[in-house]
Amino acid sequence: MPISRGFRGRRAEVDPSRVPPGQYVVTDFPVLSAGPTPHTPLDEWSFTISGAVDEPVSWTWEELLALPSETFTVDIHCVTKWSKLDTSWTGVSVDTLLEGVTTEGDYVTAWSDGDYTTNIPLEDLTGGRAWVAHTFDGEPLEAEHGGPARLLVPHLYFWKSAKWVRGLTLTVDDEPGFWEAAGYHNYGDPWKEQRYWSD
Amino acid sequence: MSLPRAPIRWRTVRVGEVVAETAQAATIVLDVPDWPGHAAGQHVDVRLTADDGYQAQRSYSIASAPEDARLALTVERIDDGEVSPYLVDEVRAGDEFEIRGPVGGHFTWRVADGGPLLLVAGGSGLVPLMAMLRHRAAQDSDVEARLLLSARSADDVLYRAELDRLDDVAVHYTLTRSRPEGWTGYDRRVDAEMLAEVGPAPSAHPLVFVCGPTAFVETVADGLVALGHPPDTIHTERFGPTGS
Repeated sequence: MPISRGFRGRRAEVDPSRVPPGQYVVTDFPVLSAGPTPHTPLDEWSFTISGAVDEPVSWTWEELLALPSETFTVDIHCVTKWSKLDTSWTGVSVDTLLEGVTTEGDYVTAWSDGDYTTNIPLEDLTGGRAWVAHTFDGEPLEAEHGGPARLLVPHLYFWKSAKWVRGLTLTVDDEPGFWEAAGYHNYGDPWKEQRYWSD
Repeated sequence: MSLPRAPIRWRTVRVGEVVAETAQAATIVLDVPDWPGHAAGQHVDVRLTADDGYQAQRSYSIASAPEDARLALTVERIDDGEVSPYLVDEVRAGDEFEIRGPVGGHFTWRVADGGPLLLVAGGSGLVPLMAMLRHRAAQDSDVEARLLLSARSADDVLYRAELDRLDDVAVHYTLTRSRPEGWTGYDRRVDAEMLAEVGPAPSAHPLVFVCGPTAFVETVADGLVALGHPPDTIHTERFGPTGS
């Protein structure tokens, strides 16, 4: 690789074991989305699990909030290179949402207001590794950051953590979502730097 | 939106020329062997390597048209940034670094996509939109195009001379902080009233591209939706203060 003459860089004093390759740590919370921010009224909001399931199941906003929730602290990594450490969220574990759901599907398409989709293997959403989060840092999640609720899958690049999420569709086949069909990696493991399809 | 064919791999590029655009921004013109081509609106990842192996990566929009012979990136200096000050102030012709791309399949426009085209830029958010206007000019396209550009002052406007020469594009400026004497353009932050005046109306079904800082894009996109533009016709690209 070529040396960039005179480049020194700004070496952040962070634990390297927490910052995946090619990432840098930010303290603010950048926003990335492909279109306008949707504003679905809470009384019209619902969350649905459907697709290759025996029986679709759905919750209103009030019903979602009534489910057991967890408050947790995780690091998040955006494919555009920023990482934010020690972010605090409250939400409902996908394990909780999937209780009693029988499926033949091994894959999930998360879908959102604004027609966004992203695909994730089912096993990456279970085992306490994914949530539908509605609270950030003790406050209701702001719309520009995906409120009223977003999926949170912190062990994958953050585009998998679909903003404005409204449902999970179980699928038998893996079906590329919005960014995955546009050249981004199908799985998106930040520790393997799986940014683009050929990584 | 189509799947890219060529693998997105790192390639070493040589700086052919550095052009100062404003006090804060420069265009870095690159000689790229085997560039696979790009669509207007796409970006590249840039990777710098220090002499001890330390590396830093950032993404920058492509300013050049697909038809241009050389690849151009316009970079705005973020004062506490890590990569942008190096690219704006330090890099010179003959230097080498790595890029990979093009990436991004959503925020793109080709003449075949048609129009009318409404481009709304905040500051250096103009860069990918300029690639679209350059593409349009290179193709002798007669797609109707309008640009609304918000900048702090006249000195902060990128590509001013080139924009002035685009006589078949309706270019509207708003200068939010200071204005030259006799200024006849807008003098406030973009709002719904300004967007309605610039048009085109939703009934003309424009394709809309909005690029700029997060708060700017939120305001513009919300304003356009309020005017009746369907959300799926509004393409956005946002960068935060950490987009250094």
